[in-house]
Amino acid sequence: MSTQYLRVDPRLERGDDVYEALVEMHRDLDEEQSRLANARLILLLSNHIGDADVLDEAMRIARRGVTE
Amino acid sequence: MPKSHQCPVFDYRRSPDQDAGQPVRHPVVVVGAGPVGLSAAIDLARRGIPVVLLDAENGVSDGSRAICFAKRTLEVFDRIGGGQRMVEKGITWKHGRVFFGDHEVYHFDLLPEEGHRRPAFINLQQYYVEEYLIERLDALADADLRWCNEVVELAERDDGVVLGVQTPEGRYELVADYLVVADGARSPLRKLLGLQSKGQVFQDRFLIADVVMDADFPTERWFWFDPPFHPGQSVLLHRQADNVFRIDFQLGWEADPDVERQPERVIPRIRAMLGEGVDFDLDWVSIYTFQCRRMEHFRTSARVFFAGDAAHQVSPFGARGANSGVQDVDNLVWKIERVLAGRGGDALLDSYDSERVAAADENILNSTRSTDFITPKSPVSRAFRDATLMLAEEFPFARKLVNSGRLSLPAVHADSPLNTPDSADFEGRMVPGAPCLDAPVRVDGNEDWLLACLGDVFTLMVFADTRQGCPAGVVDAVERVRAHERDLRVLVVADGPVAGTPADAVIVEDPQGLAAQRYDARPGTVYLIRPDQHVVARWREVDAALINQAIDRACALAA
Repeated sequence: MSTQYLRVDPRLERGDDVYEALVEMHRDLDEEQSRLANARLILLLSNHIGDADVLDEAMRIARRGVTE
Repeated sequence: MPKSHQCPVFDYRRSPDQDAGQPVRHPVVVVGAGPVGLSAAIDLARRGIPVVLLDAENGVSDGSRAICFAKRTLEVFDRIGGGQRMVEKGITWKHGRVFFGDHEVYHFDLLPEEGHRRPAFINLQQYYVEEYLIERLDALADADLRWCNEVVELAERDDGVVLGVQTPEGRYELVADYLVVADGARSPLRKLLGLQSKGQVFQDRFLIADVVMDADFPTERWFWFDPPFHPGQSVLLHRQADNVFRIDFQLGWEADPDVERQPERVIPRIRAMLGEGVDFDLDWVSIYTFQCRRMEHFRTSARVFFAGDAAHQVSPFGARGANSGVQDVDNLVWKIERVLAGRGGDALLDSYDSERVAAADENILNSTRSTDFITPKSPVSRAFRDATLMLAEEFPFARKLVNSGRLSLPAVHADSPLNTPDSADFEGRMVPGAPCLDAPVRVDGNEDWLLACLGDVFTLMVFADTRQGCPAGVVDAVERVRAHERDLRVLVVADGPVAGTPADAVIVEDPQGLAAQRYDARPGTVYLIRPDQHVVARWREVDAALINQAIDRACALAA
């Protein structure tokens, strides 16, 4: 699919490392702590991206994938 | 009733209308003597429109209720009279602290922009505001405030609204050309008319307490998320006049309001918060739930207008209740005046509806967002809220996301049909529809404020430069506009004395250049300002024909 603002071409050079780090971030956390850590991560990244159009599009795609 | 201040009680007085034998007609009747109805009645009476203000009770608000009065509201009070007294009595604050759990996350200084007469807001108990407005109204010959006058019947006819009014001495009727309903969130008149206010009920309860103490708390707004003395909930502390502190405790939906309002429940909560050894007296306690809702229209028929909480309700976070209500009637009264005088089209009254419905939606949006932050509705929502508070301690970006109530700012009526769109380039905030910004000025050698110079008729504000004198053609153009709009007010704003100005123009010196800067003005720039001090049109040079067209448009008069 094509997107308007969000870059979806492969950009992570060490993708396996990043993926592992995402999972590792939650090690030994209970469900509530994990939810909090995810929220902190999303807020930090949202501010880094700093573009509401990019974020809106990413959120739409993220949700659509779950509800459809 | 609060103990810290002896609130006045007013006597029912028999009106000659009750013995008239037939219903007496009045141009405007206002129902509800709260801050909104009182402001409406004062503004009407000042304009020489006889007004009857009916209130079912005979006193002012019990407890502090609406405590934050925002800059724009104070500016309206300045226009109708009484702003200075409120600012002197009220508490001006600009520092705040936000706590999460057992520690402070950050503190802030609002750093208000210099060069405005009024602060961002003051804290003042609603009963003081009402008392001052009542005294102001009593001084006006065209105002008739009737206590213990409850509207129990209402019939709309082609030639007026007929009101059945119940008093301690029985019933009487009166007829109004226009009816302004400002009888509060539960609005008995809304029910009489079979109308509804629709929206969202928030499933939460709050305990509010006015506490008198000599504590040396600084004059700051303190907001706690999940504090150890009230786990899982939020608490807000505000200082008001007379050493009265206002504390709002979030209780949750399960709390039993009848139990929670008992002093034996309230006092331990406050003691846990203030610590042992702080002496305090409980002045007033109330439990509230809130809704974010509005009526579909605020002009509900040819002659009936709703304003304030009767028309729209918001959560208390962000001080948008009384403030938006006062701004409603600021918007409405000059329009009624124009139409009564045959100087405005009926569509001018529709613009009250479109402008203030849009303002209400903005307030509902902002206060709903604050509410969702303060009382998260789901585990995920709570995780984002807590994550934001945690990050706020370290990172300034997250502080901007912490939402314990956003500053109440007046609406910009950018889409109003009354505006004449710009035909030249302008920078800055003074777009058509925007409320005028203040600036420090000098008039006749005395320090003054720009907003105080605007008055409450249509104002033409011409910018000039002391070396070049008043721009060519201004004198002639003003004469032609005055022939069309007889009570036009003219300001000439310049960096110093200026020659060649129109007769009767007020010469406004702008020594710091702040007026010129805030209005992005050059010599020759002209602003047309509505009687409620909103910009309605502007040009880079004066042109009488365009100004006259803009006035007609701003009054919904066909060209």
